[in-house]
Amino acid sequence: MIEKQAEPRAAHIEIRDLTMAYGSFVIQKDLDFTINRGEVFIIMGGSGCGKSTLMRHMIGLHRPARGKVLVNGTDLWAAGPEERSGLLRRMGVLFQSGALWSSMTLAENVGLILDAYTDFPPKDIRELASLKLSLVGLAGFEDFYPSEISGGMRKRAGLARAMALDPEILFFDEPSAGLDPISSRRLDDLILELRNSLGTTIVVVTHELASIFAIGDNSVFLDPDTRTMIDEGNPRSMREESPVAKVREFLKRGET
Amino acid sequence: MVKLSGDWTLTEGIPSPDEVMSGIGTRPGIRGLVFDSAGIGEWDNGLLIFLRKIADVCNRDGIPLDTKGLPQGVHGLLELATAVPTKDTARDSQETSLLDRVGDASLRMTRSWNDTLSFIGEAFLSFLKLLRGKARLRARDLWAQMRMCGADALPIVTLILFLIGIILGFTSAIPLRMFGAEIYIASLVGIAIVREMAPMMTAIILAGRSGAAFAAELGTMMVNEEIDALRTAGFSPMEFLVLPRLIALGLMTPLLSLYASFLGIMGGALVSKTISGISYTLYLQQTIEVLNATQFQLGAIKAFVYGILVAVAGCMRGMQCGRSASAVGTATTSAVVTGIVYIIVASAVTTFIYTILGY
Repeated sequence: MIEKQAEPRAAHIEIRDLTMAYGSFVIQKDLDFTINRGEVFIIMGGSGCGKSTLMRHMIGLHRPARGKVLVNGTDLWAAGPEERSGLLRRMGVLFQSGALWSSMTLAENVGLILDAYTDFPPKDIRELASLKLSLVGLAGFEDFYPSEISGGMRKRAGLARAMALDPEILFFDEPSAGLDPISSRRLDDLILELRNSLGTTIVVVTHELASIFAIGDNSVFLDPDTRTMIDEGNPRSMREESPVAKVREFLKRGET
Repeated sequence: MVKLSGDWTLTEGIPSPDEVMSGIGTRPGIRGLVFDSAGIGEWDNGLLIFLRKIADVCNRDGIPLDTKGLPQGVHGLLELATAVPTKDTARDSQETSLLDRVGDASLRMTRSWNDTLSFIGEAFLSFLKLLRGKARLRARDLWAQMRMCGADALPIVTLILFLIGIILGFTSAIPLRMFGAEIYIASLVGIAIVREMAPMMTAIILAGRSGAAFAAELGTMMVNEEIDALRTAGFSPMEFLVLPRLIALGLMTPLLSLYASFLGIMGGALVSKTISGISYTLYLQQTIEVLNATQFQLGAIKAFVYGILVAVAGCMRGMQCGRSASAVGTATTSAVVTGIVYIIVASAVTTFIYTILGY
């Protein structure tokens, strides 16, 4: 599963001229940006601007109305089913509420994916699942059901599941939503740790400023009014130098 | 200058702003409105409602409104309440013509038929994939569903079908007694229960129990993004969630219906014994006379069809569920209603086919 480390700044996900729509209702149009290997990329913007929908386009849940999503140079939506599932297998997703399968224990949640895509015997799968859970601080919770643990723990267990196959790309949908400041900070640290130790490309959908500045290497800003991206770049420098007043205002929490 | 004094609370009733309005109306050259609230006592939302109405009128007529004279809190709250919304909140409430609505409804109906057909098609393809050994189906899920749909439904099926047997026994006893043909209660109850009532009542019970449970469970998984998580992990929700439920109901409904048939016959026997004095042995003999294996097979085929339809309705409504708590409720209701409609239609169709084929 370990691929050779690509040179830094190589494009990992490319969004080309993407238009997203529900039926005839256009959510965002003319999106065009690149996510590089090994960077923490933030998708930010006001509430309801289509951040999560953009993520759903990258993880194969929502078909673009127009344009392309290239992963490792392959068009995700033009690829055949086999090739697409191959691409998707190298991604991990942490959904907003964790989205653990409620009829299974934590170890089964992680193990199910390992069982489907590896040839390890059940005993090893159990060990691996246990290891993944311990990485997110949930050692000893293998046999708990999702309903028996707290929301923050569910989120971490969701992360353990997302990491099950050592993905090249990890997606986070609003990782700080519903977490207290300390848990949220720990999750940010964990994200950076993953990037630094495994070289994983990380895509985060969020509007939490503290997180954006703490972890973001690069970002895109979606605007709900003009329905397109109005700026991109490093969030820390955008805070002062963005040519768009709306972006500066957002990053300074409304103080101009 | 508007002078306010006394208590302004909701318990006193909301004062009408007419007096102030007419004051504004009679003075066309008015240049502004100031308040003097020195004499004001207690106030709450009542005062705000009153002031907001005045503010709306002033806004419309372009009369400057000076709220500085109001108590500090009122001034701040009024500012919040009259702040112009940043977005156009007006809903598109245009009256639609009858023709538009009819058109909309028929389009929606076509779409829902298409959805139903494509769901059934997709489920069938998954089933074929399973037969070829390519689908992923967890035996544990199948067992759990079979237990929940089958074994757990035994008590309620027992109660309902025993009572149905009793009711059928009573209703047939009255006319048959007039002909002195009370022994035929056994034939009537036997045929009716085994061929029609047991499959249908079992299926309706299962529509309320399992169909609703399927829709609620899958709907909640939809809301929780669990189904999205399955898809991104490369598992087909069709194979993973829908197939076990379809198979479980398809297998368990005929079995439950068979069990229900015996219960119904027992109910009929109890009635004949108590009101007509027919012994259990005689009743059983008469029942065996009219019933043969074919009758049971016909009942089982019906039950199988109903079971599949109930499962399709439940799973389909669950998978079509929106992303809110109320959508889960709608999906559940719709699953039961759809399930029962399917059962009744299928019952008519199968009975018709049986008649044509001469059974």
